[in-house]
Amino acid sequence: MPTAAPDFDAPDFDERVAARKRRSLVLAAALFLATLFGILVLVTLLVDVFLKGLPWLDLGFLDSYPSRIPERAGIKSALVGSLWVMGLTALLAVPVGVASAVFLEEYAPRSWLFRAIQVNIANLAGVPSVLYGILGLALFVRFFGLGRSLLAGSITMALLVLPVLIIATQEALRAVPSGLRESAYALGATRWQVVWGHLLPVAAPGILTGVILALSRAIGETAPLIMIGAFSFVAFLPASVMDSFTVLPIQIFNWTARPQVAFQGLAAAAIVVLMVLLFTMNLSAILLRNHFERHRGG
Amino acid sequence: MDLAQQHPLAEMDPEHPRDTPAVDLTANVFRSPKERAIAAALGACAMLSVVTTLGIAGVLVYESLAFFAEVSPLQFLTETEWTPQFVDPQYGVLPLVSGTLLITVIAAAVALPLGLMSAIYIAEYAPARVRKVLKPGLELLAGVPTVVYGYFALTFVTPLLQQLIPALSIYNALSAGLVVGVMILPMVASLSEDALRAVPRALADGAYALGATKVEVVLRVLVPGALSGIVASFILALSRAIGETMIVTLAAGATPRLTLDPTASVQTMTAFIVQVSLGDTPAGSTVFHSLFAVGLLLFLLTLGMNLLANAVIRRFQERY
Repeated sequence: MPTAAPDFDAPDFDERVAARKRRSLVLAAALFLATLFGILVLVTLLVDVFLKGLPWLDLGFLDSYPSRIPERAGIKSALVGSLWVMGLTALLAVPVGVASAVFLEEYAPRSWLFRAIQVNIANLAGVPSVLYGILGLALFVRFFGLGRSLLAGSITMALLVLPVLIIATQEALRAVPSGLRESAYALGATRWQVVWGHLLPVAAPGILTGVILALSRAIGETAPLIMIGAFSFVAFLPASVMDSFTVLPIQIFNWTARPQVAFQGLAAAAIVVLMVLLFTMNLSAILLRNHFERHRGG
Repeated sequence: MDLAQQHPLAEMDPEHPRDTPAVDLTANVFRSPKERAIAAALGACAMLSVVTTLGIAGVLVYESLAFFAEVSPLQFLTETEWTPQFVDPQYGVLPLVSGTLLITVIAAAVALPLGLMSAIYIAEYAPARVRKVLKPGLELLAGVPTVVYGYFALTFVTPLLQQLIPALSIYNALSAGLVVGVMILPMVASLSEDALRAVPRALADGAYALGATKVEVVLRVLVPGALSGIVASFILALSRAIGETMIVTLAAGATPRLTLDPTASVQTMTAFIVQVSLGDTPAGSTVFHSLFAVGLLLFLLTLGMNLLANAVIRRFQERY
């Protein structure tokens, strides 16, 4: 970099300042347009799906099983299957995920093992979801003999969302003021008393947000469940965790892959339902967080 | 009443010893069996993530061994035909790799510049009120399920592109790549924004004080200062693009082809894995085992990139 003092008396000084300011404005405009691009794509996608799907959306669509005749087809089994998978995944992943995060944040000595687990979790979050499907297919479906069941699918999904959940919970625990820990320890509380009685209640809103975000990931995933072999033509509701099942994303995939236009309309309608579900979950995460933040106060 | 008798310490008077203390102070509650059992249980949960990684790697390696017993690894990695469903099957993985790379390059062309520009805008330019709209907007974009993006690529982007390029086939790398780019854009934007925000404010303020314009501060202070984080965000996003499955399965087709032509139909590694598991391939056949060999390659590729991103941050991060 030249270090000479600026020559304010140079004949072109004002011109150069003006040119530099112009360049700055041009870049600002370009940056704004680039940012707008993503938002515009999102709006286009939502409008497109909504317009194509709306004609197919009615109560019958929500309350019918898939069918070869587009007019009679619906998403009853897929919707119920998605809710099952979400519930089971939460049941399996939340306790394990929160326990892992508590161990890493509050118990684990900062040793090489701690760093190894931490790096491992970060890498797991980057493993393509289809590979979790391969794991589920080889291990749960075939080796443990769970078959192409809800349970096999939910265990796979639980492993998939675990890294997200652990990282979110760790952040929530880290955000708890350390004065709280120290005062509890100073009063003679044991580790578990500090964790159970003080840290978890205070970190609950953050953990809850992480749980909802992890579950909205689970409800939108398709590839792992295709690997597990969640059937796309399921004309019954699962009665137990060992039943075969389908979920909304797989139904959408199945309909999209068909050449007939009518089925693409059905796919759009199913996408609208899925997006409404996701949007509700995200909104409730935000509202919950705001609620708890308001009521924590002192 | 005698004050001395009221005082708790009075009980420690050696002339009047108590038989048993009210609380057994010799027992260490911090190391009690209950506390230790809880710590062990929590530790076991944390180890589950390690077991998951080992499980994925173990399954892939174990099942791939069966594949490599029939097809030599050299053949797998160097031959240029991938026709597992033919009577005379060929297992050269290069067409699947080239399909994956083609999609990834197109996605990178969209996501890296636009993502970085969005990050700069949000971190340095956007007024608070605009930020409040843009950030959730990008988060929402990141939350769209990939199968929805696949639908969008096939039923919206491809017909749109076909009006511009009549020769475009229904299934093509271009449309899928563009939409994968949109999918990873929020990731680049949010990780790069974090990196830009980590550059100390004093550096930017110092530059402004010396009379730099905004573009000069951004390009000569903020971006160089955050470079390691930005590069890491690029690598992570590309790794995500390589592993993306549903968009390419729906929109890029199922034709393993060694080509760089974006208007043609290609097949990626992930799309092949899905294709095999959708069909009724008998478990134990060579085709079935090839799924794991391709999966292993995918695992090594994405793992390598994720580790590289970590290394870039560790090695090149500016410390202030």
